[in-house]
Parts: sequence; structure tokens; C-alpha cells
Amino acid sequence: MKLKLPTAPSKDPIQPIPEPDEDSTLSRSTGAGRLSFLGRLTLVLASLPLLIFFILPLVALVLRVPLHDPLAALTDPAVWQAVRLSLATTLVTLGLVLLGGTPLALLLGRWRFPGRAALETVLDLPLVLPPAVAGIALLMAFGRFGLLGGVLSAFGITIPFTTVAVVLAQVFVAGPLYIRTAIGAFAAVERDLEDAAAVDGAGPIRIFRFVTLPLAAVPLAGGAVMTWARALGEFGATIIFAGNLPGISQTMPLAIYLGFEQDLTAALTLSLLLLFVSFAVLFLVRGILRQRTIDVAR
Amino acid sequence: MHETRRVPRNKVRRAPIWGCALALLLALTACAGTGSASPGATGQPVKVMVFAAASLRDAFTDIGAAYSRTHPNVVVTFNFAGSDTLAQQIAQGAPADLFASANATQMDVAVKSGAIAGSGVKTFAHNRLVLIYPTANPAHIQTLRDIARPGVKVDLAARSVPVGQYALDFLAKASADPAFGPGYRAAVLKNVVSYETDVKAVLAKIVLGEADAGIVYTTDAATASGKVGAITIPDALNSIATYPIGVVNGSKQAAAARDVLNYIVAAQGQGRLGKYGFLPGSDGRQYTPPGR
Repeated sequence: MKLKLPTAPSKDPIQPIPEPDEDSTLSRSTGAGRLSFLGRLTLVLASLPLLIFFILPLVALVLRVPLHDPLAALTDPAVWQAVRLSLATTLVTLGLVLLGGTPLALLLGRWRFPGRAALETVLDLPLVLPPAVAGIALLMAFGRFGLLGGVLSAFGITIPFTTVAVVLAQVFVAGPLYIRTAIGAFAAVERDLEDAAAVDGAGPIRIFRFVTLPLAAVPLAGGAVMTWARALGEFGATIIFAGNLPGISQTMPLAIYLGFEQDLTAALTLSLLLLFVSFAVLFLVRGILRQRTIDVAR
Repeated sequence: MHETRRVPRNKVRRAPIWGCALALLLALTACAGTGSASPGATGQPVKVMVFAAASLRDAFTDIGAAYSRTHPNVVVTFNFAGSDTLAQQIAQGAPADLFASANATQMDVAVKSGAIAGSGVKTFAHNRLVLIYPTANPAHIQTLRDIARPGVKVDLAARSVPVGQYALDFLAKASADPAFGPGYRAAVLKNVVSYETDVKAVLAKIVLGEADAGIVYTTDAATASGKVGAITIPDALNSIATYPIGVVNGSKQAAAARDVLNYIVAAQGQGRLGKYGFLPGSDGRQYTPPGR
């Protein structure tokens, strides 16, 4: 299992261990670059415990997968079913969050209106609530005897125990990560540039498409990836709101949980797969974002 | 960007912060009121950690409190979850002193892993299955046969949890019974909307009315009387669950753990288990460790 992907790590602005800065740009000279040797040593020693704590369980997980046959569990159709369901639901989730979250973030990032801060705080809540609470809340709202249950069943719609419920749980729990980042991104776009485009005769849609969006693209993409990754790992709200049925609601994290009880090897393999996919995507996007940041800076 | 955003934010956020602080304070004082067991006892209290099946939650909490009243220097704490999860955790070296499983299979897992000595395991209770439905009864469940009707939402526990396996056993036995017909099992399984991770989750989905019918233990149905209706599963089709309990090897409190085990198996514990609908451990099948 390779843990490093071929990119250019020397450009990483967030090095876990401080290194001497050869090309000291303005943005990078603020951190460890100014410290004395003793200062750096202290910083390294102080950082080590938590760093090891984060890395050790992941290493332990990788080490426990039987290496002679690491792909045996992947031939299990039930495992693939979970992988497919996870990919499909998280992509739909991401689409919905982008579609609905972008205007919401634009609204909250640009307009000052009474109660805006309170509204933003409400949108932050799903990030700190235990996912089980989110699951129960979703049941109370969309369940058969929930707030909207009567309306929904009048149209012959039931949401719990369906794939739709899986997506709703993911949107609820993971969506705020994108919205949060997008609010900041839109707020940071220079209004002068948009005004200039308006003076040149561009309509609001053209301004958004050709000025605002490109300028906010980097944090927007970052937020989108965080939302996707969080949706991929969603467990608590899903199992309560959507239940656990292979092919319908049993996503990878649920399959891992049940696999942990039945077949540790399959659970370990799935865990490793999830770990690897998450790492690869986060790492790649980090690389892309860094490239874009450098381009923008130039 | 931060400069412009911070000014209005602080103003609005101050109120929630104080609210949170107050809530935290209240929570802490509430814990202080109930959390400390027998502060008058001299010396270090002995802590016994019991890993117990989810279906034992109410009965064991009660027994634990009763035990601590007569043994003020012992604090009995519980970790309730599906027996399969607990067996795996114990096999992986979780710091449990006692393991109470809802079936023999998961106790076997712990015994085979070497985490529990099979010879010391005792059977302390029996339980049986019942079909439950929400009191509103949206699917009009009246007999066991009704859950095979197309479109009924049936909620079961996962096969890895004892009650889930027992439910499958019931379906297999019923299919062999002419009164139900050979297609019964397949028809019911087609209606399953979810396989829950423990029996309490099945109960919750029925209490909320999200599913139309579920199979749980009689003891679970008893905790939700008034919120669920129950249909008896006849003895011939019913799987009687055996509940074994054993001391975990390497327990630092082995003597105290053994004492708690004896208390549960003796009259005091059995009386309280009976109050929650469990059948006595001494009647019926006894746990036998896996042969080697």
C-alpha cells in the first residue's frame, strides 16, 4: 500500500514538520521559518504526540489487512454493492449541495439582514451535532408520522428506508461544510471587480459566471471535496433515518460496521479502501488547489 | 473578509455562548448529583465493567444499582451494544470484566478467541421472540401471516445480532409449517426494509411507526407497552434465546466480577430479571462451551 502519491510535496504550504524555507514568499515566512533551531525543536517535540496519535491508528489498520490476499473481500458482491451505492449517493449529494448551497452561500455571504448570523449558526449545527441526532431529527421531519409525513404520504411518498433517505442524511450532515466555505469565499471576492464588469455592461449572470465564480473557485472546490468526503463517511444519520438494507441503504460505512461484527477481514479491506480513496482524493485536490492558488497569486 | 464579517457576528454569537455555558454548568451539576456512587465508602472503589447485550439494558441497569447498594465499594458500569459487537471487542482485547451475551454463538466467539474461559460461563436467563407492531397499526397486522402480505414494512435485526438470527430461525420454522406455507419466509424477507444493528433499534422504529412490524424479544416489547402491540409466536416456532455470562480472562477485578456474576445467577438477580420478562436461567437449555 503506497501512502504517497506522485505530486510536488516540496511546495506544500502546510508541511507537518517545519522545514527551512528556501524560497521565502510572503505567505510562507510567517510560520516556522523565523524560529531559531531550539524553537523549531521545541515545536517539533510539542507536535509529535498528537501527530503520532493521528497516524498510528491508520498505520495499524493498514498493517492488520492480510497482505497475502488483500483483494479477497473485494470479490464479494455485497462489498461492491456497498461501494456502488456509496459512490452514487455521495455524487447525488454533492450535486444537490452545489446546486442549492451556492445560491444560499451567495445570499449569506453578500447580504446583511437581521438574523443572518443566527441563520449561519443554525447551518453550522449539523457539523457539531452527533449524526444520530441528525438522523432522529430527519425522522421527525420526514418520517411517516413526522412533521411532513402526512403531506408526503398524501402524494404516496415515503422517505425512510429508501435511497432518497440516504442522500437526505448525507446532504444534512455534510452540506454545511460546503456552504460554510462558500459563504467565506463569496464574501472575499472584491466587489470592485464585479462593479467594473457591471460598468462594462455585463448582466448579473455573466458577472457571476465570469467574475465571481472564477475568483471563488478555489475555496468552493475545497468545500465541495470536504462535503463529498464527509458524505462518504456518513454513518449515524444514515442508519437511523435510512436503515440498513444491502443495495438500498447499506453504504460503505454501514457495511463496515456490520462487517466488523461478521467478518473482520472484509471490514478491514473496506476500511482500507475507504481510507485510500479518501486520502487520494483529498491529496489530489489539495495539489490542484495549491496550483490554482499559486496561479492566482501570480 | 474577516474584518467585515466579525463585527456583526460577535454581537449575535454572544448570547448563544452564554446559553451554552449555562447548559454546560447545569449538565455538570446534574452529573455530580447522580454520578458519584457511595461517596462514604472507604478506600478505592472497585470498578467492574460489564459488556452486555442491548436487550439486557433495563434489567442489568436495575441489577447494577441494587448490587451497588449492598456492595458500596463496588461500582458496576455497563457497555450495552449488540452481542456481536461486544464479542468482537472483547476478542480484540477490550477492557471488559464480564460479558453477558444474548446467545451462545457470540459467547462462543469470545470463548474461541481465548478471551473467556468456557468452563466458567453460566446461563443466567432465557428470552423468547414476539412480533410487534405500532399501536396505530397502519398495516393492520392481526396475525403472524400478515407480515408476508406485499407492501408491509418489516424491520428485523441484522443476522449478526442474536435476535436477528432467531427471527430468521422463526421464519424458516414457519415455512415448514403448513399453516404458513413454504413461501412464507421468502415473502417476509422481501418485505424487510432494514436490518438494524441491535434489537433496541428495531423497537424504536416500531414505536415511531416508521416500520409496520418487527421481531423483538418479549422483554423489549414489555418496555414499550402501550406504544406497541404484540402477537405471540407459538413455542413450536419460537427460538428460546439462551443468555450466557462469563468472566473475561485477564480481568483486573476477576474476584469482584465473579461475585457480580454469582449475584446475577442467584435469587436476587433472577428476581429482577423476571421483573423485566426474562425466563429463569436454570430452566431450559444451558450454555455448553464449543467443543475442541
